[in-house]
Amino acid sequence: MPPPLHLAIELDGDGAHPAAWRRSRHAPADALGPARLRQVARHAENAGFTLATFDDALLPPAGVAGRVGAVERAAYVAPLTSVIGLVPVVGTTYTEPFHVASQLASLDFASLGRAGWVVATTGAAAAAALGRPVVEGDALAREARDAVRVNRDLWDSWEDDAAIRDVLTGRYLDHTKLHYVDFVGETYTVKGPAIVPRPPQGQLVVFAPAGLVPADQVDVELVAGPDVAAVASGGSGAGLRFAEVEVALDTAAGDALDRVGDLDAHTPWPHTGRLRYAGPAAGLVALLTELARVVDGVRLHPLVLDEELPELSARVLPALFEARVAGRPPVGSTLRSTFGLTRPENRFTAEEQPA
Amino acid sequence: MTSADDLPRPDAQLHFGVFFQGVNHWTIWSEPESGSQVDFASFRRMVATAERGLFDAFFLGEGLRLRESGGKVHELDVAGRPDAVTQLAALAGLTSRIGLVATQNTTYNEPADLARRLAGLDVLSEGRAGWNVVTTDNAWTGENFRRGGYLDHADRYVRAEQFLQVARAMWDSWADDWAGSADGPAWARPGAVAPVRVTSSQFDVDITPTLPRSPQGHPVIFQAGDSSDGRDFAARNAEVIFSAHGSDFDDALAFATDVRHRVVAAGRPADDLKILPGTEIIIGDTETEAEEKARWIRLRQVTPATALAIAGQVWGLDLTGRDADGPLPAEDPVVVEPTGTMGSRRWTDPRQIVQRWRDVAEAEKLTLRETVIRLGPQRGHVGTPSGLADRFAHFVRAGAVDGFNVSPYFTPDGLDDIVDRLVPELQDRGVYRTAYTGTTLREHLGLRDPITRRAPR
Repeated sequence: MPPPLHLAIELDGDGAHPAAWRRSRHAPADALGPARLRQVARHAENAGFTLATFDDALLPPAGVAGRVGAVERAAYVAPLTSVIGLVPVVGTTYTEPFHVASQLASLDFASLGRAGWVVATTGAAAAAALGRPVVEGDALAREARDAVRVNRDLWDSWEDDAAIRDVLTGRYLDHTKLHYVDFVGETYTVKGPAIVPRPPQGQLVVFAPAGLVPADQVDVELVAGPDVAAVASGGSGAGLRFAEVEVALDTAAGDALDRVGDLDAHTPWPHTGRLRYAGPAAGLVALLTELARVVDGVRLHPLVLDEELPELSARVLPALFEARVAGRPPVGSTLRSTFGLTRPENRFTAEEQPA
Repeated sequence: MTSADDLPRPDAQLHFGVFFQGVNHWTIWSEPESGSQVDFASFRRMVATAERGLFDAFFLGEGLRLRESGGKVHELDVAGRPDAVTQLAALAGLTSRIGLVATQNTTYNEPADLARRLAGLDVLSEGRAGWNVVTTDNAWTGENFRRGGYLDHADRYVRAEQFLQVARAMWDSWADDWAGSADGPAWARPGAVAPVRVTSSQFDVDITPTLPRSPQGHPVIFQAGDSSDGRDFAARNAEVIFSAHGSDFDDALAFATDVRHRVVAAGRPADDLKILPGTEIIIGDTETEAEEKARWIRLRQVTPATALAIAGQVWGLDLTGRDADGPLPAEDPVVVEPTGTMGSRRWTDPRQIVQRWRDVAEAEKLTLRETVIRLGPQRGHVGTPSGLADRFAHFVRAGAVDGFNVSPYFTPDGLDDIVDRLVPELQDRGVYRTAYTGTTLREHLGLRDPITRRAPR
């Protein structure tokens, strides 16, 4: 029997549709505040999702002008939730890898080992916001690859027992358990060690769109394809593979296609190349059951969070749990342990061991 | 003691912040009371105690490279701490009143990113964010960043001031009545969000910010400059100044007087900048007990290894293995140029320092370690709850301070006796709030709304 399907949900904004805010239960004035964020994260946790992702970019998203940074949103909900994984999108094109590594490690501390990272590239418009030369083409993959490498090195730059508190010698740290990462890339270098100790999971769970970053640096590949066959053949399969699925459901407020049509009348829902499902809950259960045979997880992108999340919570996830197609994350788990990933050995101690 | 009515500010109120620095030898790590420096539970406990004690702010330090000595990571002090904005965002949902202040560097950040992160913290905390603005020109720190050490010393405040200019423009970019409605044309009222375009010697940015103002308008700006340039920078830009001038009354008053003159010279009302020096508070049942406790604390802060490391820097020698509880080193100091790799301590001519150390050690019959403690920086206030409350009431009513940023010597329980024993005494004297009267950090501190280029709220 294949392992259960892992269920992820994207919680950014009001939903995947750029006009989703028009069908939300709150006014735009309340969209960005803590009450809404707390409510939606707890709803997703109670529904039984393994993890939530938080999309982000430096510049405003389509349709909605406002957004709090994804790391800050994930951190805010970390102590207000207990088992759901919290996985912000963080760009690699213009950000400082040293800062990103600190922020993500800190999120792992605040969430007691439930943090991950969706590696992202950033569009050219952000260059002007930062006063930096545009990075594009092959350089986007280079920056993503280097940022992941630097983050992974920095997370390991403190051994787990680096704080020795040795009263006899008066040493809080043992410097031999701290490592300069001495990263040398094509465009920058990073010395290290990190200013944050090794995070609870050792290494956060790294998600990336299939093909962006070398497969051996990624724990979860996000696979976009227009149908199950395309998803089944996407990605390298080196790690876990998650299918990207956009979801509109029939609800008491209207059938899926009517609701999509209502929003499309304001702003068309752009085609992203992802699998898109519109219809009754039972059909989604059947689709996800089929996907469970070919991928390790799915990331759902609900049309309107306020409308799809109750339906997912009431009709879709319970059916998947009852059929044992999917499972809730166990109490006390880290995101790694939910995925069956071991706590990795520190790369610096591994290098020190005799051949 | 002078009666309150004879002092310049008889109705002044004392403000407390807690400063979690997390990298120095003043945090004792060796005792059963010494908790984790990095576990979230430690921060959760400390911020809860501070909020119970009606503190204005919980304040996290930051340094972007681990300190070193002798070319290796410095081993003797606590180190390793969470990213400030991330940690404070996590604490925002567990608290409802206390301000959340992040130390963040203007040299190795970009305003488009950092101003957005701070605005996010401000929105999520509903108006409780603060930013302690720090600068560096340190190429050694720059080794962790894309640009490396690019900034000349003379330009570090230039960049910081221009950084603040961009940050403030970003925080002003949304009109207060920005919100659209579900049946209206757009999520945000057309024209309500203005792009920010700034071109200056340090920046060339064109950005449409993603966040409105919080209930306090802008995050509160903290700054810790102590040089003349630093004080002037604070006088022009900051709303809270953080200093080491909070132990001795005359020193505190002189600093406060100097800073207020600079604030007025910068065209601001004298009380536009709140003066909250850093301090340590050690409390005992009697003066004698408090002094004994202070000595116990000093001996755990200045361990034999730390005493030898501090003396080793003065002498320019590796004193590892010497007897810290014996006499001062007999050698003359080695005069070397600074290596610039220590990260926080500044170089001074060692011959003068050593002569002073010898004079004091001889006169007072002190060991090396006792001399280090005796001549170390004055660390704050030691006394009984009532004695300290009298002293602090005098400090604030005389205008020497507006309050203190307290650095606890234990994580996470180091605030307990301040909150449980000192705060009630201050309340009895009418110099400390008995409940939060506002919801934002700006309100707690008694600061005006930020002056913005948009219409008043």
